[in-house]
Amino acid sequence: MADAGTADGPVLDVRIWRGTEKGAFVRYEVPARANQTVLDVVTWVQRHREPDLAYRFACRVGVCGSCAMTVNGRPRWTCRTHVKRLPAHRPLVLEPLRNLPRIRDLVCDLEPFFARWERAGGRFVPTATRRDPLPRIAPDSTARRAVDAGIECINCAVCHAACDVLAWRPEYLGPAPLNRAWTLVNDIRHGAREEVLDRTSGDAGCHACHSQASCSEFCPVGLAPTAAIAGLKRASLWRLLGGSRA
Amino acid sequence: MSAGLLFLLQRGTAILLAPLVLVHLGVVLYAVRDGLDAAEILARTRGNLFWAGFYGLFVLAVSVHASIGLRAVLAEWTGLRGRAADTAALAVAFLLLLLGMRAVWAVVGAP
Repeated sequence: MADAGTADGPVLDVRIWRGTEKGAFVRYEVPARANQTVLDVVTWVQRHREPDLAYRFACRVGVCGSCAMTVNGRPRWTCRTHVKRLPAHRPLVLEPLRNLPRIRDLVCDLEPFFARWERAGGRFVPTATRRDPLPRIAPDSTARRAVDAGIECINCAVCHAACDVLAWRPEYLGPAPLNRAWTLVNDIRHGAREEVLDRTSGDAGCHACHSQASCSEFCPVGLAPTAAIAGLKRASLWRLLGGSRA
Repeated sequence: MSAGLLFLLQRGTAILLAPLVLVHLGVVLYAVRDGLDAAEILARTRGNLFWAGFYGLFVLAVSVHASIGLRAVLAEWTGLRGRAADTAALAVAFLLLLLGMRAVWAVVGAP
């Protein structure tokens, strides 16, 4: 088999973060393949060089989002990042996602990320029972389209790692929870829409966003949390001026 | 003061400042074009209620706009948050207001 654990032939210069908050990059030579993802590279290192290398993955096909890491300084899904699309003349540098505590090697603790979803009021509050009729929502209504634009988030935390405001201001809610909040503010079935606006318009909420749009730039699903956050800012302003958009 | 109100005030003063800055730049260019000296400019501005109102509003908008922006910069770059950041921002707002209004008085007030 070609993948025999030797590095004969063309090799990739790979630097992987080993350790926790304290640690160092360790250099590995990994056989270059014609068709190879960054996740394949990490798996090769674990199988042939470092059995104790910690990293996360599950689906390997861009559905679950658990293999997100920092690849050459940018947050990405490693399973959807082909090595040949990266610059060949530079070493491949892999670290855990930014703005999250590091557990070990390439694994970071996502708890602070999910805690923000709770803080932003991201939990659905039902207003009907199974005996009530289904609410009729026009697919082309403004509110429904706003929900559609943000609903496909799979919580991979790539936007969280991409956000500079979060790096400067750790209490900021961040793009994904605010994106979720905007879908709930526009969901007429949600029972706590005013509360979501209360929770997301505080000092570390939507108004802290500088609209740098790194979240939208790096979102692997192609969502635009920046637009959702702008929506929350508008709704919060309307409410402040006496109107209600929720 | 709520984050929403600060956001409103900063964006509101930004909208206000955009034309004020343009008019100010235009006035500067116009005033120096024919080589007016300080005494000639002061002769035109002293006691003029329009320029008193124009630059008074300018200074007020700058004080509000700059201090709210500075509060965010302090929170992000120095870690100064909450009451400390509010106090620092308020101090800057009053300083800008004081210095600005003193300058307005020098230009439009009685000699």
